[in-house]
Amino acid sequence: MLKIENLHARLEEETDTVILKGVDLTIEPGKVHAIMGPNGSGKSTLSYVLSGRDGYEVTEGSALMEGENILEMEPEERAAAGLFLAFQYPVEIPGVGNMTFLREAVNAQRKARGEEEMSAADFLKLVRAEAAKLDISPDMLKRFVNVGFSGGEKKRNEILQMAVLQPKMCILDETDSGLDVDAMKLVAQGVNALRGPDRSFLVITHYQRLLDHIKPDVVHIMADGRIVETGGPELALKVENEGYADILGKTAA
Amino acid sequence: MSDQKTMLAEALLGDAAPEWGAEQRGAARARFLEMGAPVRRDEYWRYTDPSAFNEPLPPIEAASDAALRGESGFDSVEALTLVFVNGRLDPTLSDEIALDGLEILHLGDGIDGTWAAEKLGALEARGQEPVARPYAALNGALAVDGLAIRVTGQIATPIHLRYLAEGRDRAVYVRHLIELAPGAALTVLESGAGGERFNAMIEADIGDRAALRRCRLQSEAGADQSITHLFARLGAESALRSFTLTGVAGASKRVRNEAMIWLEGDEGSAHIAGGVLGDAKAHLDNTVFVTHDAFDCESRQVFKNVLADEARGVFQGKILVKEGAQKTDGYQISQSVLLSEGAEFDVKPELEIYADDVACSHGSTSGALDETAMFYLRSRGVSQEAAERLLVAAFIEEAIEEIDEDGPQAEALREAMRAQVADWMDRRSA
Repeated sequence: MLKIENLHARLEEETDTVILKGVDLTIEPGKVHAIMGPNGSGKSTLSYVLSGRDGYEVTEGSALMEGENILEMEPEERAAAGLFLAFQYPVEIPGVGNMTFLREAVNAQRKARGEEEMSAADFLKLVRAEAAKLDISPDMLKRFVNVGFSGGEKKRNEILQMAVLQPKMCILDETDSGLDVDAMKLVAQGVNALRGPDRSFLVITHYQRLLDHIKPDVVHIMADGRIVETGGPELALKVENEGYADILGKTAA
Repeated sequence: MSDQKTMLAEALLGDAAPEWGAEQRGAARARFLEMGAPVRRDEYWRYTDPSAFNEPLPPIEAASDAALRGESGFDSVEALTLVFVNGRLDPTLSDEIALDGLEILHLGDGIDGTWAAEKLGALEARGQEPVARPYAALNGALAVDGLAIRVTGQIATPIHLRYLAEGRDRAVYVRHLIELAPGAALTVLESGAGGERFNAMIEADIGDRAALRRCRLQSEAGADQSITHLFARLGAESALRSFTLTGVAGASKRVRNEAMIWLEGDEGSAHIAGGVLGDAKAHLDNTVFVTHDAFDCESRQVFKNVLADEARGVFQGKILVKEGAQKTDGYQISQSVLLSEGAEFDVKPELEIYADDVACSHGSTSGALDETAMFYLRSRGVSQEAAERLLVAAFIEEAIEEIDEDGPQAEALREAMRAQVADWMDRRSA
C-alpha cells in the first residue's frame, strides 16, 4: 500500500534543519502500523510530508502509494488517490459549514477519479449514518468546520471525514492527544470499524494507550528522523514499561 | 481656496441651468464652488486620488429610450422596482407603487411648495462639516432627477431603485431624499451601473423609532466610476442598516462610497457594512463617519475586502463621540484578504471621543488566505481553486450576515449577495 524508502526532508525556510534522515517503511494492505517516538523525532513531519503540506523539502528518497510517487502530487491529488491524514490539530474554518465541506470533498475526490458526483440524498444518508456511529450530533454537522468543537469533538469529526471519504491509506497523527478515555474509545471504535483488507493505517502516537484500543500489527520506534526499531505489539508495551530512553539507549549501543 | 480646486469645480459644474429646484441646487452649486473639487493633497483623499473623478465628463442631458430593465442581482427578491435611465425616472419601465404610508415625489417634476423643498440638500449641507464632501455638493447641483420618499407606515415590500445607463462618456447624477416619520419602516434596494461616472446621493432623515434598511449592489459592468454618499440622521430608538456589495470582475472600477451618520436621539443604532471584491486594477474606497451625539447609542461598521491582482481597497472609518454622548457603543472592523502580491489595502481608523463613559473599539486585519485552512481543505481532496472559493465566500459571509435578519426579504437578500460573490469568483477565475 505504502512504501517509503530512504526519505529525507528538511524545512524549506531553514535548510539546515533536517528532520527526516532516511525513513524506510513498508505498509501492506489491510495492516495497521504504529509509529511511536519521543517528541521531536519527526513523527508529525512524516505525516505532513506524506500529505503534502507546504514548508518541507524532500531532498532524497521516495514514497509510493500503490506504486505511484505521491511526493510529486498536490495535496488534493494525494487525497483523491486515497491518502488521508487525521490532523493532530484539526483546523477551524469559520464560515464554511461542516456538511458543505464534506460534500465538497467527497465530490471533488470523485470528480478527480472520474466518478459521478454522489447524490444529495445518498450523501446525507451516508453522513448521518457515520455521524451516529461516532456520536456526532446533527447540530455539529450544521456548524462551521470545527468551530466551537471540543478537543474530542474535533477528533471525532476527523474520523467522520475518514469514514465518509473512505480512503485507502489513513494516517492518524496523535489522534489520542487531548482525548479522555471515553472519547478515545469512540475514536478507536470508529477506526476499527474502518479496518479492512484494502485499507491500511499508520497510527502516530506518543503513548501506548491508544494502541490498547487500536491493535497494531506492527510497531515502529522513530528517533532522530529514522525508524530505529520495528516489532510487534509487544514493542509498544515495552515503551510503556521502560520508556524511550532505555530502548533508544540500547539501539545506540 | 486654491485656483486649481476652483477651476476643477467650475469645469465639473459646466453651465447647465437647473430645470427645477433653483434654490436648493443653486445653494449646492455655491457650496461646491466655495470648497472646490478635491485634490490628492487633501487628507481625506490621501488613499484615493480624485483626479480621475475631476476629469470633466458632460452630464447626460436627455433621457434615453432604454426598453428593458435588464437583469438585476435582486431579481430573486420580492420588491417594487423604480427604474432610472441616465438618472431620470422612467415610468414605463417602473412598477406602479401605491402603498399606504408611502408617498413618493419625483424631484424632476419640481418640488416648490412640497414638504421636500425645506429638506432637500439640508443633510448634505450639514455633512460638509467637519470634513468637506465636495462631490456630494456637486451632486446637489447637478442631479436631474430622483425621489423624495416620505414614509409614515411600516412598508413590508422593499423598494428597488434600479439605475440604468445608456451611452458612454457621460456623468450621471441622481439623488434621493427619504424621510421616515416616527415608527415608520422602509427597505430600499439599489442596483445597476448607473452611468460611466455615476454620482448618487441619499439624504435620509430617520424619525424616532423608525427603521431604514438599505441593501445595495455595485456589481454591474458599465460604470467606470462610482461616487456615492449616504447622509443619515437618526432620531431616538431608531435604526439604520446599510449593506453594500461592491465589485465587478475584470473591470478596473473606481469607487468611493461615503456614509455620514448622525445619531441624535437616545438609543439609536446605525450599522454600515460592506463586502468588497476587487480584481484587475479596481480601486474601491469605503469612507464612513459616524457621529454619536446622544445617550446610549450603538454604531457598527463592518467591511470585508477581497483583493486580487492589482486591486486596491481603502477603508476610512471614523467614530466621533460628542460630549455628553455617554454609554456610546461604537464598533468598527475592516479586514482584507489579499489574493495576490500586487493587491493592497489601506486603512485609516479614527476614534475621537469627548465623553468618558463609552465603549469604542476598532480593528483591522490584512493578509493572505489562511494557509492552514487551505491545506486542511486540500488534504481532503478539495482543489486549490475550490478551497480558495470556499474561504473567500466564508470571509465575505461575515459581512453578508450584517444584513438585518429582522428586515423584509432578509434571507432572499443574503442569498442574492452570495450569488453575486459566486458570480464574481466565476468571472475572476475565467
